[in-house]
Amino acid sequence: MADSTEKTLRIREFPIDENPKYTYLNHEKGILSWLLTIDHKRIGLLYLFSIVFFFFVGGLLALMLRTELLTPAQNILDADTYNQIFTLHGAIMIFLFIIPSIPAALGNFFLPMMIGAKDVAFPRLNLASWYIYILGALFAIYSIITGAVDTGWTFYTPYSTQTDMSVVSMTFAVFILGFSSILTGLNFIVTLHKLRSPGLSWSKMPLFLWSLYATAIIQILATPVLAITVLLLAMERILGIGIFDPAMGGDPVLFQHFFWFYSHPAVYIMIVPAFGIISELISVFSRKTIFGYWAIALSSLAIAFIGFLVWGHHMFVSGQSELSSVVFSFLTFFVGVPTGIKIFNWVATLYKGSIDLKTPMLYALAFLFLFTIGGLTGIMIGALSVNVHLHDTYYIVAHFHYVMMGGTVVAMLGGLHYWWPKITGRMYNEIWGRITCGIIFISFNMTFLPQFVMGSQGMPRRYFNYVDQFQGLHQFSTIGSYFLGFGFLLMAVYLVWSLFKGPKASSNPWKARSLEWMTSSPPPHHNFEYTPVILHGPYDHHKPAKEFRMGYLNKETA
Amino acid sequence: MNRIIEYLLPPQRSVAASEVDSLFTFINVAGFILFMGIMITILIFVIKYRRKSEDDVTPVITHNSILEVTWTIIPILLILIVFSWGFRGFLNLTNVPGNAYEINVTAAAWFWEFRYPDGSTTMNEVFVPVDRPVKFIMRSEDYLHSLYVPDFRIKTDVLPNRYTTTWFQATDTGDSNLFCTEYCGTGHSEMLAIVHVLSAEDFQEWLDGDSGIDEDMPLAELGELTFTNFGCSACHTLDGSPRIGPSLQGLFGSEIELDDGSVVEADEDYIRRSILEPSTQITAGFPANMPTYDGRLNEQQIDGLIAFIKEQ
Repeated sequence: MADSTEKTLRIREFPIDENPKYTYLNHEKGILSWLLTIDHKRIGLLYLFSIVFFFFVGGLLALMLRTELLTPAQNILDADTYNQIFTLHGAIMIFLFIIPSIPAALGNFFLPMMIGAKDVAFPRLNLASWYIYILGALFAIYSIITGAVDTGWTFYTPYSTQTDMSVVSMTFAVFILGFSSILTGLNFIVTLHKLRSPGLSWSKMPLFLWSLYATAIIQILATPVLAITVLLLAMERILGIGIFDPAMGGDPVLFQHFFWFYSHPAVYIMIVPAFGIISELISVFSRKTIFGYWAIALSSLAIAFIGFLVWGHHMFVSGQSELSSVVFSFLTFFVGVPTGIKIFNWVATLYKGSIDLKTPMLYALAFLFLFTIGGLTGIMIGALSVNVHLHDTYYIVAHFHYVMMGGTVVAMLGGLHYWWPKITGRMYNEIWGRITCGIIFISFNMTFLPQFVMGSQGMPRRYFNYVDQFQGLHQFSTIGSYFLGFGFLLMAVYLVWSLFKGPKASSNPWKARSLEWMTSSPPPHHNFEYTPVILHGPYDHHKPAKEFRMGYLNKETA
Repeated sequence: MNRIIEYLLPPQRSVAASEVDSLFTFINVAGFILFMGIMITILIFVIKYRRKSEDDVTPVITHNSILEVTWTIIPILLILIVFSWGFRGFLNLTNVPGNAYEINVTAAAWFWEFRYPDGSTTMNEVFVPVDRPVKFIMRSEDYLHSLYVPDFRIKTDVLPNRYTTTWFQATDTGDSNLFCTEYCGTGHSEMLAIVHVLSAEDFQEWLDGDSGIDEDMPLAELGELTFTNFGCSACHTLDGSPRIGPSLQGLFGSEIELDDGSVVEADEDYIRRSILEPSTQITAGFPANMPTYDGRLNEQQIDGLIAFIKEQ
């Protein structure tokens, strides 16, 4: 660091090595160098492998469910197996895939790079959080092998305290995974406060980082409540202490309050990082300054804050007091406002831009389409009287898939393609990228649009059998899900292919302005060979690129 | 437009339904206009401002206060409308008229039992009068359940530790589906009932009669009627395939292996005991979750069921 008494900054441009010999990938070799690494980039990749694995497992389970639903009566699964599979699909997708997805994989990799740091503030803690995640995953797998769980991912009491399944080990898995999430959040907050490069003020921080910052706050504040909840549940099952089970003097609705006090903010743990990626993609592929930087940054924090006050909207018909339902409904709508503001800002960024429809941008536009539907249907189910009709029907299933998959997963795919050259040093195939994006977009809508219709018509969720009138829509949805699965397989093929045969990527193929592009692809072990100095904002596309490659001119480099 | 909404929603068969549906329609229409506005704007921008050359220069537009205030205020106004509208409908759905006809509902894994003021009961079907408020006073015997009648737009969770209520006033005679919408295990999706809405006269006639059971009916026929009315078929098939419980085909007189390894013959005593104390003899390979029908069936109905099972 420079002497703080220095009056003038001595800086110069550092050219980027386009053919790096030593990168983080070959810095050290062997399996142990990965398993014991404290490099945030490698830990990010460990997370990426893990979540991709669980995404495919969760996806296969979903296809089994959809296949069963081809006919109103039983075809390939029996009722108990079906119930276990939808529980696993939900639990795996939520706890093992989507919560860690963007922050722990892409966030871990790019957060330090985007602030010009060598690593996160606590690199060892970072590795520990991955191991804690794996431990949690092992517990989850253990409970699947020892009899599975059939409670739904929500573990509602008193069913979850009475069913003869491995609920205890599954709740411990959730308990452990929560700590992984808390530690990642803690690490990010400290890193953003303490390790920003000279000149990188809060107003010059990429919006992806603002969104990770908001996410980290929710992770730290909300996740402990989940830990308490599952601990109480386990105590009730193991020790027979009556907390939720009315047979022992408890109250089952109390569980729902505890559960949603975490799980509603958790929805924002899942979606807010996606907002960050979309801000990056829209600006870079329009090559234009982001519209409403502060509106986007602060709306993430606003969503994080309001998100803590709306959990009761999951419980309008649960038997909670009617006054609570009214208050929760009122507050719920106010999440819609900052969310709408973001969408308008992104659209305004496109205005007079130089828009290039590369694969990441296609995903960003797909996100705008799908997430807007997800958001507007959220307004629908926030309305008290309509919610009574739609609660626990397929409308809800469709709504959260539009938000979680159409929102988070699609944004993550956009981010993955966007940063692929930086992570791997190779370019993916642009044509196959676009085709796959199209397949996923269309088949996603085929799968989930009919579910809005079924829900409105009164098809309850978590139904193994259903009344005949819904068969046509169910079959359409199932066929869509097969195409969706095919789209992901196609993506896996061309991405893996690109690792071996893809053309070499330059350091900054998209001509972006944020710091992670101001170093080699793939980056060196310490990210930068110098201490970056930031003069401009991350979206200042009107400033010459070389002004973004400034660094301290210290003794060694002078 | 109306045809789309009609397709999307189940038929309106209660007085509360039209209020709910009009808000549903309003949000759909307003949402659709907003959505199309955003999408068309994006489409126009993407076409008009597509990249022409690598050297494109874009203007620096960081914010626009008037625009930003507008797109904050308009959504706030819209959500206030939607909130108040939803609130008004919710009051309709939760404030039970004082003169409502009360029916006690018991939910248990996995059936619905309805008990009328005169003490008669029905299972998995409920008879209600048209054009008269009907109040369900509900409790659960085990897990959480939720009573949902799409045609009436009502839904309320049923709890094991206290009563919850819901009400409706049916506008047409006819049948509507009643679903359980709170996940409750193996038979969740089988936990259905039918709401029979009868005209005032028919309803009175039904109350005065005794649920269609004729004292002189042959036993096996009485058994078949009981089998249907009490929802036995949710768990037991007649065609040999196992569902939640064993099939009744060829059951009578067969040797049954119980989960403790012992083997018993399925005679009259076995069937009677299986109905009244189901947890004492669980067939190997099946879950121990059949509820007791002690107090729910009278002697004649049990005799009828035994006769019916003999015929299978």
